[in-house]
Amino acid sequence: MLHIKEVSKLFNPGTIDEKVALLKADLQLKQGDFVTIIGSNGAGKSTLMNIISGVLKPDIGVVEIDGNDVSSLPEHKRSQWIGRVFQDPMAGTAPRMTIEENLAVAYKRGQSRGFSFGVTKKTKMIFREELSRLGIGLENRMNAKVGLLSGGERQALSLLMATFTRPQILLLDEHTAALDPARAELVTDLTEKIVKDLNLTTLMVTHNMEQAIRLGNRLIMMDKGQIILQVNEDRKSELTVERLLGEFEQISGKKMADDRVVLG
Amino acid sequence: MLTSLLGAVESGLLYALMALGVYITYRVLDFPDLTVDGSFTTGAAIATVLTLNGTPPVLSLICSFIGGALAGLMTGLLHTKGKINGLLSGIIMMIALYSINLRIMGKPNVSLRGEANLFDGANVLLVGLIIAVGVKLLLDLFFKTNVGLSLRATGDNKRMIQSFGANTDRTTIIGVSLSNALVATSGGLIAFSTNQTNNNMGVGMIVIGLASVIIGEAIFGKSSIFRTTLAVVLGAIAYRLIYALALRVPGMDAQDMKLITAIIIVGALVIPTIRSAIQDKSVSRKRAAEVIEKVASKGGVS
Repeated sequence: MLHIKEVSKLFNPGTIDEKVALLKADLQLKQGDFVTIIGSNGAGKSTLMNIISGVLKPDIGVVEIDGNDVSSLPEHKRSQWIGRVFQDPMAGTAPRMTIEENLAVAYKRGQSRGFSFGVTKKTKMIFREELSRLGIGLENRMNAKVGLLSGGERQALSLLMATFTRPQILLLDEHTAALDPARAELVTDLTEKIVKDLNLTTLMVTHNMEQAIRLGNRLIMMDKGQIILQVNEDRKSELTVERLLGEFEQISGKKMADDRVVLG
Repeated sequence: MLTSLLGAVESGLLYALMALGVYITYRVLDFPDLTVDGSFTTGAAIATVLTLNGTPPVLSLICSFIGGALAGLMTGLLHTKGKINGLLSGIIMMIALYSINLRIMGKPNVSLRGEANLFDGANVLLVGLIIAVGVKLLLDLFFKTNVGLSLRATGDNKRMIQSFGANTDRTTIIGVSLSNALVATSGGLIAFSTNQTNNNMGVGMIVIGLASVIIGEAIFGKSSIFRTTLAVVLGAIAYRLIYALALRVPGMDAQDMKLITAIIIVGALVIPTIRSAIQDKSVSRKRAAEVIEKVASKGGVS
């Protein structure tokens, strides 16, 4: 489904600020895999997401989706297969546009955008139905500007917008980190439900160890641009936070250094 | 007095297209486009020269629209493909257009007196009203189409619309082209109504456009697209009215025009800021007083 083949990426190559963001990172996902990613600051988690989505291009290596090399495609072309939710609740929606207008923009993912109207009777019905699945009453506020919504509501909407056109791959970049615990829980539950319902191939970066262990069927740990640990389905159910931290220390020879890490 | 105010409304309606153009770049796309100073004159020059050569005025005006769109296309390409800073791309096109406009006209001043005119036998007020309202309504419809929505999203949240597969280079170019097409059409209309074009008529046009947008939004609100475009049209008229009234202040004359414009726009920008600052202060004072009272009555913070 998704194959990242020996991808390496440098920032500021050849300068004094040179930084190895990814080093021969290799990862293969099957249809329906849900992989959680943990790692210390600057481990390359976000770079990996940006390489997959096409924001960044690998210096060496290839990204394949469904067996096709997409390495040279820009982000807006890859977006037909990839849905993404960012950490910042402000990032995934347009604040000065209404809920239905935001959904109309998302509805056209990967299609050409012509001079037909974005919000019609027909699309409105689809939007209402999809919004009601979130269960937070947004279906009754479709004409409200998104800037008026709370962070949790915006993130739930972002999640819906990223997934309701059935992309093949879903990228979640610490999408619950900026929310208070109750809303984070709500968005986490929605994530689990949507990923399961749509059988999406998913990658999720998180700082919450407990969440990383609880969600998904696979887990990877990154450090200094490398994938240092892969935990597969059969072993993941036996994981605990202590064991995970122990593994990290053993492999990298240091303590997990992350000022934002949440042990759960 | 009444005649001059009526004249102000008339020209306000003709300048409304320019203000709507500035609204598209400045507000919707969040791209401060200075091409306007050049493309306004380009539109006037094309309309004038084509009409002098026997082209029907309506057709000349359509050519102004196309000419403005091409100027905007260039600015858009400079910014998106050439990666030149937005302000700078506009300035570069503005300066380039200065020479191009002179080439189109052949000399710095061209008169239309005695030639066919768009407003021959027509009521300028009525024609202006039909054009301004018509363009406003078309623009409202455009902003509801899928292209229009992605254009608005480009100005509102570029990262987001890119992640949904819209090519923001393309939407930016479309927006800047459409904007300058409207600006150039407005230039053509002004050429017909004043019967002449001169190479300096566009100088300061961007500031007048901004003033119209800001005054309009401040007075008439911006709760929806429909409301905002209406506010921009009314803002263009309001600007002309304020300007006409300012000219009547003893001691002011036509050479003070740019200064008056500057003062109007500073007023339109600063007054809302001061007003909201005062409001914020009074709200927080009131709320603080409430909290203090509550604490006092309960004998502790609840």
